[in-house]
Amino acid sequence: MIKRSFFKSRYLPYFLILPQVIVTLTFFYWPAFQGLMQSFLLSDPFGRQSKFVWFYNYIELFSDPLYLKSILITFVFSLSVAIVSLSLGLFIATMANRALRATALVRTLLIWPYAVAPAISGILWLFLLHPSYGIVALGIKNVFGMNWNPVLNGTDAMVMITMASAWKQISYNFVFFMAGMQAIPKSLIEAAAIDGASPLRRFWSITFPLLSPTFFFLSVMNIIYSFFETFGVIHTVTQGGPGGSTNILVYKVYQDGFVGLNMGSSSAQSVILMSLIILITVIQFRFVEKKVQYTG
Amino acid sequence: MKLKKMFFITVIVVGMALPASIFAKPVTINWWHAMRSARGKVVDTMIEKFNASQSDYVVVGTNKGNYDETMNAGVAAFRAHKQPHILQVFEVGTQTMMLSGAVYPVFKLMEDAGMNIDWSSYLQAVLSYYMNSDGKLMSMPFNSSTPIMFYNVDMLEKAGIAPLSKTEPVTWDKLGEICKTLVDQGIAPAGMVTAWQSWTQIENYSAIHNLEFASKANGYEGLDCELMINNPKVVAHITRLKDWIADKRFMYGGQKYQGPKAEFLAQNAAFYIDSISGIAKLKESAKDFKWDAAPLPVEAWMEKPQNSIIGGASLWVLQGHTKEEYKGVATFLKFLATNEMQEYWHMETGYFPITLNAYNDLKSKGYYDENPLQEVGISQLNRAIPTTISRGLRLGYFVQIRNIINEELELVWNGSKTPQEALDNAAKRSNEQLRTFEKTYK
Repeated sequence: MIKRSFFKSRYLPYFLILPQVIVTLTFFYWPAFQGLMQSFLLSDPFGRQSKFVWFYNYIELFSDPLYLKSILITFVFSLSVAIVSLSLGLFIATMANRALRATALVRTLLIWPYAVAPAISGILWLFLLHPSYGIVALGIKNVFGMNWNPVLNGTDAMVMITMASAWKQISYNFVFFMAGMQAIPKSLIEAAAIDGASPLRRFWSITFPLLSPTFFFLSVMNIIYSFFETFGVIHTVTQGGPGGSTNILVYKVYQDGFVGLNMGSSSAQSVILMSLIILITVIQFRFVEKKVQYTG
Repeated sequence: MKLKKMFFITVIVVGMALPASIFAKPVTINWWHAMRSARGKVVDTMIEKFNASQSDYVVVGTNKGNYDETMNAGVAAFRAHKQPHILQVFEVGTQTMMLSGAVYPVFKLMEDAGMNIDWSSYLQAVLSYYMNSDGKLMSMPFNSSTPIMFYNVDMLEKAGIAPLSKTEPVTWDKLGEICKTLVDQGIAPAGMVTAWQSWTQIENYSAIHNLEFASKANGYEGLDCELMINNPKVVAHITRLKDWIADKRFMYGGQKYQGPKAEFLAQNAAFYIDSISGIAKLKESAKDFKWDAAPLPVEAWMEKPQNSIIGGASLWVLQGHTKEEYKGVATFLKFLATNEMQEYWHMETGYFPITLNAYNDLKSKGYYDENPLQEVGISQLNRAIPTTISRGLRLGYFVQIRNIINEELELVWNGSKTPQEALDNAAKRSNEQLRTFEKTYK
């Protein structure tokens, strides 16, 4: 028999959730609503004159091939970040989950990069990979004879920001995978081992399916991370260049709104961005989650 | 005893009857600017000197971050009715400020404050950037620079090439020859790099050669202007640079100044085009080779090259304050334009003095004989009377337009587009921005 506590007053529960509601309304719904309104307006930055223009801002955006390209770039970028950071995070977690001598130390060190802010991560990678002064870049050029130039080559730039963004997220994924693995009963794996399953087989047939809730959660978080938080990386490393090849949606919102002061277009872009991320998350929950096995 | 009491009462009564202003605190003038580190200190010193020079007004300077952030802070403050009196805005924000309806034009401010200013004693190429179409000054120029060409003297010496003149520009053909010699002889890995490519290679190239950057006198005479940078001459220039990439006479180092500067410092390139504010930076970091500066190259067909155009920022006076405060603003702006302040500013930061008086005064003191580098930009700016084409650019969404030009140029450099395609596309995309801007203010 579960004991339920209940309140005498009908209003007390509402009163208790009020602070949270107020915070959500002021910091989420109110700005979102303002953004939505602004996206139908053409206005000067000082707000002296604004005109209602219906869907002008949206039409302009969708008839701009570069905006469509920016959407594509965002998908390519966030997928690569998610794949790289999830697979490496999982790999490292599997390795670290074994009995190591300095387990605690190794784990702590592996978590560290998560504490680095994206902008700093970007700068660090820039120091390594900048074609003029990057140590690694000079190595690539001189030792391997490869032509590495993220300042001019869009693909190189994309590789660079993907690495800088994924690097930090690997730690985050590592922590969750690690925790997930420790929740898997040892007996299952031992039983499989006795039955003669190879380590790889044990991983794919037991560990991975049991990790699927973690995996699902992390894939949602990684996509959201790569859509929004990677701003710092882009801002410090490429500023959307070269030739717009790393201009992901959130950076374009900033450039047009904050730097360029085109409030209407920028708002329309953020509305689109918001809808996109809602759509992606819904798809993930509708279709991917079906394959997830929750235990317990 | 009674007399003493009487005396006290008299003192109090007289004291209370005196105009409140004697005891009133001085009027505060807020100035939001984007000057940090070394320049920030110079600004602070100027403010201190002003505050010490009189007791009616106190100027409070606040750094609000870089140019973008400062402008945004100003916009947000204006919307919240908490705007400062003076806001420093970079040159590309000029059109937005002018049309904002939120500013108190400087020429009017000075008139209303009863200050007679002889605008003809100012550097015209600087003033003209901030004038409206009637030739009235809208904002006070503050920090102004222009691009010049730095070069590695050691490399030229090694190739037996005489140092370049500080007043007579070399031709692009000549520069090409020099770069070819340097690269072919293995003296320099590459010929030239350029910072701020849109500003130096298209905006200034157009001004110097008196080519329209945009129709309607570069946008001064109407919002319905269109970009004209896809003209044969600019296309030919970009094509040349593209060809130079192939034989290493030109290398691309990035949109801003950091990359190109690094290439020049690492002696990867012999020539480096950047703002005159590069002088201070090079003095600090270029230790292992000799360098010098020359005016920007000019085409052989341009017999009398025009002035180059400026970059930098100006001071805008925002509306919504009292008459008394504006009087203080006017006093402060006048103070900033004095010889003493302008010379101090110029010597410390390398930005132009905005008045001819200050320039001539420095000249007579022999400052430019000792610091010939500082004069390269000024003489390039003053070598001709600005035409309606070379006086400046007045475009809406100029930040986005510069971005577009940068993007399209990068597509030329990495071989994705031909110069003609890229510049056509840059014009087309910029025109869309201009139309949206026009629609906003119609």
